[in-house]
Amino acid sequence: MADPAFAIELKGISKAFGPVQANKDINIAVPKGTIHGIIGENGAGKSTLMSILYGFYKADAGEIFINGRLTAIPDSQAAIRAGIGMVFQHFKLVQNFTVLENIILGAEDGPLLNTSLAKARKALADLSREYELDVDPDALVEDLSVGHQQRVEILKALYRQADILILDEPTGVLTPAEADHLFRILRGLKEQGKTVIIITHKLREIMEATDNVSVMRRGTMVGHVSTDETSPEALAEMMVGRKVLLHVDKGDAHAGETVLKVEDLRVRDDARVERLKGVSFELRAGEILGIAGVAGNGQSELLAALGGIQRATGKVTLKGADLPLSGAGANGRARRDAGIGHIPEDRQTLGLIMDFTAWENIAFGYHNEPKYQKNALVMDNAAIRADTEAKMATFDVRPPIPTLPAKSFSGGNQQKIVVAREMESDPDVLLIGQPTRGVDIGAIEFIHKQIIALRDAGKAILLVSVELDEIMSLSDRIAVMFDGRLMGFRDPASTNERELGLLMAGITGEAA
Amino acid sequence: MDYATLLQVLDSSIRLATPLLLACLAGLYSERAGVFDIGLEGKMLIAAMTSASVAAIYGSVWLGLVAGVLASMAFALIHGVASITFRGNQLISGVALNFVAAGITVLIAQHLFGQGGRTPSLEGAARFLPIDLPLAGAFASVPVVGTLYAEVISGHSLLVYAAALLVPLTAFVLYRTRYGLRLRAVGENPASVDTAGVSVRNLRYSAVLITGVLCGLAGVYLACALQAGFGRDMTAGRGYIALAALIFAKWRPWHALWACLLFGFFQALALRPDVVETVTFMKVPVPFLDALPYMLTVIVLAGLVGKAIPPRAGGEPYVKER
Repeated sequence: MADPAFAIELKGISKAFGPVQANKDINIAVPKGTIHGIIGENGAGKSTLMSILYGFYKADAGEIFINGRLTAIPDSQAAIRAGIGMVFQHFKLVQNFTVLENIILGAEDGPLLNTSLAKARKALADLSREYELDVDPDALVEDLSVGHQQRVEILKALYRQADILILDEPTGVLTPAEADHLFRILRGLKEQGKTVIIITHKLREIMEATDNVSVMRRGTMVGHVSTDETSPEALAEMMVGRKVLLHVDKGDAHAGETVLKVEDLRVRDDARVERLKGVSFELRAGEILGIAGVAGNGQSELLAALGGIQRATGKVTLKGADLPLSGAGANGRARRDAGIGHIPEDRQTLGLIMDFTAWENIAFGYHNEPKYQKNALVMDNAAIRADTEAKMATFDVRPPIPTLPAKSFSGGNQQKIVVAREMESDPDVLLIGQPTRGVDIGAIEFIHKQIIALRDAGKAILLVSVELDEIMSLSDRIAVMFDGRLMGFRDPASTNERELGLLMAGITGEAA
Repeated sequence: MDYATLLQVLDSSIRLATPLLLACLAGLYSERAGVFDIGLEGKMLIAAMTSASVAAIYGSVWLGLVAGVLASMAFALIHGVASITFRGNQLISGVALNFVAAGITVLIAQHLFGQGGRTPSLEGAARFLPIDLPLAGAFASVPVVGTLYAEVISGHSLLVYAAALLVPLTAFVLYRTRYGLRLRAVGENPASVDTAGVSVRNLRYSAVLITGVLCGLAGVYLACALQAGFGRDMTAGRGYIALAALIFAKWRPWHALWACLLFGFFQALALRPDVVETVTFMKVPVPFLDALPYMLTVIVLAGLVGKAIPPRAGGEPYVKER
């Protein structure tokens, strides 16, 4: 018999996927009516653990106690019956259904919809009032912002009478203001006696929102602490297993002359919708210009247009020479030849070919360079492999095996392969998109140092990231992107998260 | 063209639209659930052969109906196992079943009856006969409306009326019932259904089996009502036309009815080159008229009639993500 003061108690949970031990003898106890954080690097086993709790996977060993009672959770239906609600990182909503339809899906009251819809409409009104969860019940989900879609997911769980709410990486897609609102909602839930579990790799939101925190590393639980009694540095050390520098050490920038000049850059997508609505800026040698913003506000299009993989209009000059923005001269290879390196946002689709080996991936984009050729017909694979080995050593790629396919490396090491390829080609301008998305803290530290080193070597760097911390600690100048436009430039020394957060939501200084 | 001729053409449009409509609604269930089915053609064919054979041997169209539907459901089940349980490629599975059906129907019919792959002509109780709706005779003398009722609406076989009733029924199921909500959800985002604790597999199998039943009805209609017996390749691409109609209708039941009537009308015109000549004042070659429904199919599939957005999870086997 377990202690009924705990909403959830897990004892000795283990789960292996083939040879990979995702969870090893996990013990955790979450007191009722608290907000509990579970933190760990990517691949630490957090999501696996929560999937076991939600009935997606069956644990190989261990026991689950809900409110003190031993509970078997063979499927999601059982988890819902046990009062567990889950908000996944990638929402499980039907885009062309209304909010109401999404909420009743799977929890209908009878074979006909009319009664279920009427009941849900009433329940929704009550829940919205109680928890600051306003959404239009008749809106189509595809028309809602991500913040509102997340509310629909929370409402879905509450409509199913969840007492325990699990949120997986809940703030990944939110603006700081939306995240603050979310935390307010969660505190409201806590006041009503609900138990909330947040899974995240972000230290800030753990410190801000939780009562207790459990830390996972490589499939094991390494410790439980009360949030009041810990610090971000201590948590980071527990996550990684060694001391980590959370703040980037960098000297002053010595910005030189303008290298890249962008004037009135515009991009339309396939549906003829304008995604980039006239962006202008200058990028100088030896500086990092950070572009902040919530994902989907045109940052991807900006990188793609400058990287030559998306047609655009406007004027872009590189060291005084015009760059073609459409037609034959606008492609990735031409850009590389011109001296623009590109670390794309999504390494798995744009940065690497996952089934190809590390050495093949290191050569991609630069495979025509003389140093990789044996003669006019045949490539010098041995040279590429040797080059790959050297780059893997410099960039600390683990394991340092050039013949391993890209998909066999962890996210952080995949990213290091891309970073190594683009940085070592010695570009004048480096476009960097989400350099540390899905990358472990240890690797983040390393990649950040490399970016600073490249800046100090006099390169011009355009850094696009949705991580505000990253933008603030690396950039020499910050521009915020909203709805396809730049909302003005800020000096990282004199701005703060609040100001940037408002800009990210499209609110300029005068209006705020 | 006089009114009587128009009525004849409309009457024949309805008869020809019926197998299209049944197959189109069949495809609607499967595709709305996220399982693409290019094998409507094969299922119709196997049902046509089976029903005609059973009806010919036992002299009962009802036995033929049951056998035809069961045969079509068996094919649907194979498609389900391949594409749901084994997560195979849905197009390949569908195409394979079409080939199997084209070959096996002739083989079995030849083995049973030895008439070059045809079944014997069905007569009497072995066939669905036209039904006169109430008061059809009385209304026949009323000009315009009465003759329309008597000539076009009345006098079809039972399956024509069944197909017509399936349109509102399908619309009701799809938009007003729990099953319909889940069916649409599983075709758009199966993960939403899965996390809600509902089985994606069971839903998709149920949809695929409904497709089997309706394709079966379409095949039975072809062999035991429209024609009097099975002949090789008698579906003549109707399964594909039904798919085109489904896209044209953007996977909506009422629109499917209008799309199928349009295709049926074109098929009816091909049977009456004389009518086309009187209307257009020129001699349109018969092969061109024959090709018209298929040309319309190509035009529809080329997306020239507006953007049709298929169910978002269509064609994708559902794999639980980690």
